[in-house]
Amino acid sequence: MNGPLSVVTIVAALVLAAWYLLRSALNRAPSRVDLLLAAAFSVLIAVFTVVAVVSLFGDSRPSDTATFVGYLITTFAFIPVALYLARLEPTRWGSLILGVACLVIPVLVLRLQQIAEVTGA
Amino acid sequence: MPEASARPRDAALGSGLGRVLILVYGVFALSASARALVQITTHFSEAPLAYLLSAFAGLVYISATVGLAVGGVRGRLIALVSCTIELLGVLTIGILSVADAGDFPDDTVWSRFGSGYGYVPLVLPFIGLWWIWRHRPRN
Repeated sequence: MNGPLSVVTIVAALVLAAWYLLRSALNRAPSRVDLLLAAAFSVLIAVFTVVAVVSLFGDSRPSDTATFVGYLITTFAFIPVALYLARLEPTRWGSLILGVACLVIPVLVLRLQQIAEVTGA
Repeated sequence: MPEASARPRDAALGSGLGRVLILVYGVFALSASARALVQITTHFSEAPLAYLLSAFAGLVYISATVGLAVGGVRGRLIALVSCTIELLGVLTIGILSVADAGDFPDDTVWSRFGSGYGYVPLVLPFIGLWWIWRHRPRN
């Protein structure tokens, strides 16, 4: 849970967030590239989720499994939902939706790490 | 969205920035309620006051989200009341939790002015009230 994949996810989220916020500040709607970037980021998060789910079946299972799974589902679904909303809103605010969503991801990943540290073993 | 024509002009759902606002409010409504639900179902007896407060905060965020989204006379009223409760809540609980941690053995969304949530709970009611004020009916 605390491996390089988490770091990559957080850094990618922050870089993308900065990019989308800049796009929004410049009054640009999400371009095709922006949407594809968000889709690619969703794939990265999907990989992250799979790794986290696998860790559930290891010996360092978080004691608060319900909360962990809840956060995991939220993390997994967040960017796809934002992507859907951003496609409905082809204005600068669509870019802001993507930017805000990318800012939420690091928080979710950090919370997942905190929960994962407390193991029942 | 077929009902777009019947939507009040001040409904946040009707404008881009409003949709972003609703997204953020929705995230808080969801996270505060889900957290309270987990706390109450798994270890309610540890800190009943804090967990009931979490649940209450969750409900306030939900009604604020709905009020802002719907707009109109009723929506405005719901949003105004919810955002005011939010503002008072985050200030009161913030001050109490800083002054005397004993009463709040476990965190709520509003503890320490929402520092656990990046102080967004402190900023959010101001943005909500600003939205309501900006979209006040012109006579």
